[in-house]
Amino acid sequence: MNVSQSDDIIICEDVHKWFGDFHVLKGISVRIGRGEKVVICGPSGSGKSTFIRTLNRLEHHQRGRIIVDGIELTDDLKNIEAIRRETGMVFQQFNLFPHLTVLQNITLGPIWVRKMKKSEAAELAMSLLERVGIPEQAHKYPSQLSGGQQQRVAIARALAMQPKIMLFDEPTSALDPEMIKEVLDVMRELAQSGITMLVVTHEMGFAREVADRILFFDQGQIVEEAPPHEFFAAPKHERTKLFLSQILHH
Amino acid sequence: MQTSPQGALPPSTRPRLAPASLGRWLKENLFNTWYNSLLTLVSLWFVWVAISSTARWAFATARWEVIPANLTPLLIGTYPRGQVWRIWTALLTVAFLAGATAGTAGGRGKRVAAWVAPLALASLLFPLRWPTRVMLGAAVALVAGGYWLFRGKRRLWPWLAGAWFFSFPWILFLMWGIEGSGAMPRVETSAWGGLALTLILAMVGIAASLPIGILLALGRRSSLPVISWCSTALIELVRGTPLVTILFMAHLMVPIFLPELRIDKVVRAMIGLTIFTSAYMAENVRGGLQGVPKGQYEAAMALGMSGPLTMLLVILPQALRAVIPSIVGQFISLFKDTSLVAIIGLLDLLGIARSVIANPRWLGLQAEVFLFAGLIYWLFSFTLSQSSRRIERALGLTKPS
Amino acid sequence: MASTQASKRPEPAGRGAISFWRHRGARNIAIQAVFLVAVVAVIAYFYNNMIRGLNELGLTFGYRFLGLEAGFAISEGIAYQPSDSYARALLVGIVNTVKVTLAGIVAASLIGLVVGVASLSSNWLVRSLARVYVEVFRNVPLLLQLLFWYSAVILKLPPVRQSVEVFRSFFLNQRGLYLPRLIAGQGFSSWLWFAGLALVAGVAVYFGVRRRLKRLDRPGFPSLWALGTTLLIAALGWFLVPHPPLDVDPPVLQRFNFTGGMHLSPEFAAILLGLSVYTGAFIAEVVRGGIQAVDRGQSEAALALGLRPWAVMYLVVLPQALRVIVPPVTSQYLNLAKNSSLAVAIGYPELFNVGTTIMNQTGQTLPVFTLIMACYLSLSLITSAFMNWYNRKMRLDER
Repeated sequence: MNVSQSDDIIICEDVHKWFGDFHVLKGISVRIGRGEKVVICGPSGSGKSTFIRTLNRLEHHQRGRIIVDGIELTDDLKNIEAIRRETGMVFQQFNLFPHLTVLQNITLGPIWVRKMKKSEAAELAMSLLERVGIPEQAHKYPSQLSGGQQQRVAIARALAMQPKIMLFDEPTSALDPEMIKEVLDVMRELAQSGITMLVVTHEMGFAREVADRILFFDQGQIVEEAPPHEFFAAPKHERTKLFLSQILHH
Repeated sequence: MQTSPQGALPPSTRPRLAPASLGRWLKENLFNTWYNSLLTLVSLWFVWVAISSTARWAFATARWEVIPANLTPLLIGTYPRGQVWRIWTALLTVAFLAGATAGTAGGRGKRVAAWVAPLALASLLFPLRWPTRVMLGAAVALVAGGYWLFRGKRRLWPWLAGAWFFSFPWILFLMWGIEGSGAMPRVETSAWGGLALTLILAMVGIAASLPIGILLALGRRSSLPVISWCSTALIELVRGTPLVTILFMAHLMVPIFLPELRIDKVVRAMIGLTIFTSAYMAENVRGGLQGVPKGQYEAAMALGMSGPLTMLLVILPQALRAVIPSIVGQFISLFKDTSLVAIIGLLDLLGIARSVIANPRWLGLQAEVFLFAGLIYWLFSFTLSQSSRRIERALGLTKPS
Repeated sequence: MASTQASKRPEPAGRGAISFWRHRGARNIAIQAVFLVAVVAVIAYFYNNMIRGLNELGLTFGYRFLGLEAGFAISEGIAYQPSDSYARALLVGIVNTVKVTLAGIVAASLIGLVVGVASLSSNWLVRSLARVYVEVFRNVPLLLQLLFWYSAVILKLPPVRQSVEVFRSFFLNQRGLYLPRLIAGQGFSSWLWFAGLALVAGVAVYFGVRRRLKRLDRPGFPSLWALGTTLLIAALGWFLVPHPPLDVDPPVLQRFNFTGGMHLSPEFAAILLGLSVYTGAFIAEVVRGGIQAVDRGQSEAALALGLRPWAVMYLVVLPQALRVIVPPVTSQYLNLAKNSSLAVAIGYPELFNVGTTIMNQTGQTLPVFTLIMACYLSLSLITSAFMNWYNRKMRLDER
């Protein structure tokens, strides 16, 4: 079912989602280009996390269409697994596997899903650990690492699948302030590599610096959508202005 | 009886046996208030009465000769005497594993010695035959050796857990033997008995119920309603029924349901114990599964892993690690529960004890025989529960409560 | 999840022509169908074998035998004769099970409470005795304890004529325990009036105090006031009535046996003793854990508020401890009920014992098993219904 005709890697058309009676996503339509960096922000409960989780079907949408890299997300199990292989995800709570070492965490996906050889996967993992700056931690368990280090391992784990898209779901919200920078640095470096990135975050400095476009979510809808300089300098919508004033001058 | 309002146990107040502080210790712990003094006196009187009357009975009235006369059947039933080395081998296997476990769990050498020394001492003091003494000595040596080899090697504990699991089929193989073999002829289960049978029943029950319990737990948590209903119904049905009933059912119904296979009495008891334990095991495992955060599933799924792969590589290893203490607890209660097979006529430790009492030669010696059997049960059960608490602490699994 | 809200919510997105094995919904249905067929096939195979076996014995499967004459005697319980039906015999068993279970629950709770609190005592000796009790009795199989109490203690008691006497009113011998019984005396009916009045007054006081407290907007314990009033009036009536309302009916030794009073058979005494001593050890651990679980900070906070120690215990520690204690204690009660089936080993005629006798006589193994299991299961269901109710109530209180 190849519907891809444009250069857009993610196409959402009128996506709706309900939790019971609660209407979380009310018709999200957006296109994201290959290699684009998009930052999603908005007040809590606005549906931004739910939205990013529908993109690799951790949440099912109930109406509308989502097409990722030319594959539509349906109940087709093969498609879901295919799309998950192409998208890496980084969670707020890291979600590292506590019973595996850092190295095993990173090689698990490549070995079992990508069917890579163990030695190759280990090599890949070590190079990724170099990239996120903690090769010396390879044989420790996640619980022995700081929050910032854990999140960097989580990024390396997602990258090990060599995804085309990286989804970040509030990657710095659970971190102590002094560790936020080390994670953002890794993400900045990653942004320069040309990978498609969707980041849900409250880090406006990061958004201003890295994003090609900012989506502002409120009450399940995209209220405003603009490049960063425009978004910060001249927000159009009242809700956006309020949000920015709250988050920038607290 | 005063309970401190904060309800916590007072800090461990062990008497320092320096004579000066002994008086103070007595005052602080026994006579600090008038009603505590009263309680102390009443308790002392009670302890005196209990100990003196028990001692009078144990040293004057009781006829302990019934125990040495029946010691062998109480321990191994009617297992062929020429093949006893197989039971010894099984015991030595367990001794080595126990030592190794104490080592990996970081038990202190002194404590291990404290458990083993009485055994060594008993083997010298009691009138045992020399081969028995040598074997007991070997067991003690293996406990020490296992401890020494594995001391502090905490990383090896998953291997050790596996070794425990696979020691059960190995022991069964030892006991059963090979059909038509000269060195290790087949010994039918009808010849198994005594403490050996009790331990084997408990081991088989745990080893067989672990995989079944895992499957039932996964079934109960399945998103497919038919599978989840069936698993839940089976689990709750079994948990709502007394073990005697299930044992009787296995005893009477298995031959009715499967008339072609002539399934032996001991195996039927194993089936009953396994069905019973599986349901409880399933609930333990389900508790472990519930303890794995949702984020773990999501992280695995986000890597593109399929459901079964996620379960096998990510969820189950974490869940099972968390339920090791409750599996040990399950083993202890199963060890005690195996005594119920005596009701369906098996000659386990309790069954043999009953048949000894029924022997006219030992008429009226119920108290002696039951007390001895009770002591054996108690020694195993108490040792296991104490060491399981230690293992729990060593694995860092004790929840801060 | 989607189907319940179908009217409100549109169909799931992304339906299309997907090959059968790759569609999530279709695959789920197929897996369940295969599973169901397998389960039914196994059950049918077992059932078939059983019916064939029954036919060979000339029996038919069913519950019709319940109406037939039982023809065996039952040593104790509600009115029953061998000429009664099997159904009646089962009923006797059920009543006996309930009887020993209820008595066991009361006794085990008392033991558990006392030993549990004792194991937290500041008195070293009391604490140690409690620990010894718990560690001894929970680490020895219940069946062995039962056999010990029955054959090594109770049956070894002296014969009737040399009964062990306690206070000249309790008699212990081979045939069990004889104890005095309370029966309605001459003044009972007139005292009943007082009792009724006491109840009414108690209810009135309860609501009165509650209303007053509400008006004053103060906390208090209306139930304690009500209880006090009730007891006071009832006690007053006891002394005002000319004849004593209750008489004691003591057991009296005749030539061969006792008459009067209450009699517990040796079997009942042994099973009751065994069950309550064993379960009491477990309940003691639960009680100890429950009191310990209440955070030390909680009571320190309460003491810092200036509450008196008894108020800390009553208002802060106990309610929280109860929340922790009740669920595991309930499951201990359930265990006790199930363990009462061990009485089969010493011949107390409870449900399972009677059931096995019927099985032996009729050959109707499966029907009797299903009846027995249904009885125990309904016990479990009632208990878990209570537990759910209790947990819900606790959760509401927490808000």
